[in-house]
Amino acid sequence: MKRLSYFEYRVPKTVEEAIELFESGGADARLMAGGTDLLMKMKHGAMTPKILISLKKIDGLDTIAFSEKTGLTIGATALLADVASHPDIVEHYPAVAEAARGTANVQVRNMGTVVGNLCNASPAADNAPTLLAMGATVHIQGAGGKRDLPLEEFFKGPGLTALRGAEMVTSLSVPLPPAGAGAAYLSLSARGKLDCTAVGAAAMVTMKGDVCDDVRLFIASCGPTPLRAPGAEQIMRGKPISDDILEKAGEIATGEASPITDLRASADYRTRIIAVLAGRAIKAASKRALAR
Amino acid sequence: MKHVITLNVNGDPYTVAVNPSQTLNEVLRENLNLTGVKFGCGEGDCGACTVMVDGRAVSSCLSLAVEMEGKQILTAEGLAPTGETLHPIQEAFIEKGAIQCGFCTCGMEMAALNLLTKNPSPTENEIREGIAGNLCRCTGYTKIVEAIGAAGEKMRESSERKTS
Repeated sequence: MKRLSYFEYRVPKTVEEAIELFESGGADARLMAGGTDLLMKMKHGAMTPKILISLKKIDGLDTIAFSEKTGLTIGATALLADVASHPDIVEHYPAVAEAARGTANVQVRNMGTVVGNLCNASPAADNAPTLLAMGATVHIQGAGGKRDLPLEEFFKGPGLTALRGAEMVTSLSVPLPPAGAGAAYLSLSARGKLDCTAVGAAAMVTMKGDVCDDVRLFIASCGPTPLRAPGAEQIMRGKPISDDILEKAGEIATGEASPITDLRASADYRTRIIAVLAGRAIKAASKRALAR
Repeated sequence: MKHVITLNVNGDPYTVAVNPSQTLNEVLRENLNLTGVKFGCGEGDCGACTVMVDGRAVSSCLSLAVEMEGKQILTAEGLAPTGETLHPIQEAFIEKGAIQCGFCTCGMEMAALNLLTKNPSPTENEIREGIAGNLCRCTGYTKIVEAIGAAGEKMRESSERKTS
């Protein structure tokens, strides 16, 4: 039976207090939001923090807010389940809601958070690709003050982020999708939706009439971080959505990813499936764009 | 340092001294002897340890007991608190033969409750999604899915009776 090793538990009431505790704890301290990833890693001995700083009692940190002017803001402790079912997210950012709903299982969605999913920086993180495609920004706070970073610059490798020292992500924001834009996220894993994603693809497509005016395409779980596929994006721009062009974009996206063989899928399988999912994600996003 | 906390479990308050590293699963099973809460994988994959916290199904193996102060916890023991009449979910599981070895049952009932309180008339797909985090190695799930559908009907009927 796996038990957790002893640690001290701290419950700051404000972000400033959390950062102070985090800074004084140094390498021995970890921040915890939902804890679903962290506690599992601790049970496996992969992480052995001596001080755990829970963010759950910080007032307002679980806020989900939407306005037609500024777009969507998701606080650091907003639960996956709440993001999945939030009426404004379902209406204005359906792909973000779907990605949250497709993460793990009911129990984990009732405990885990979207921001936590990002901060763990798994290349397979289900919430990353859509937020990347939609141009999300993370809001970071540390002892030295606040800074904003495009999510695209946040992931540095498996488990590695751009966070420095005693910094934490306080929230993320997603701009309003441009007029005529739609987004979609598709993923495959060995057994339904429950286990980790073997290949994922998210696209945001902006349509002008029948023509793909712009697209942002990200492939998940096929490299050290979610990867952008700029070549595939470029070939789509200015062209009508057709099976031919989707196939070509898929081929190029395959070349822009770097899949490996692991527990979840072989490199060969991933290589073949990237093209399929990339094409389908672009198509689904364009359909959504045209339906708006 | 131990933390003295009061847990509200199945409507009753329990004051316990816990280490921060003790999970809710350990405290429910070992301090409160609520062994309807199972310990399975310990990693949030199997669902056998599922309990309701403030109306949401969570994995008790990945919840810290120290974080549960002030929250309402419901375990399978609390589904039929008097022990005289069963909860509609329990009735349906028995009637549909949804129990074989029984190890997954209590967690399965919690996941069913989580689903049915939000969605009283789920489709088969919604039921399967609702119990995607609960593994059963005996039944093949068919009887469980049927039981949850039937439990939804029972719960709808009883709430209609109450309101009419």
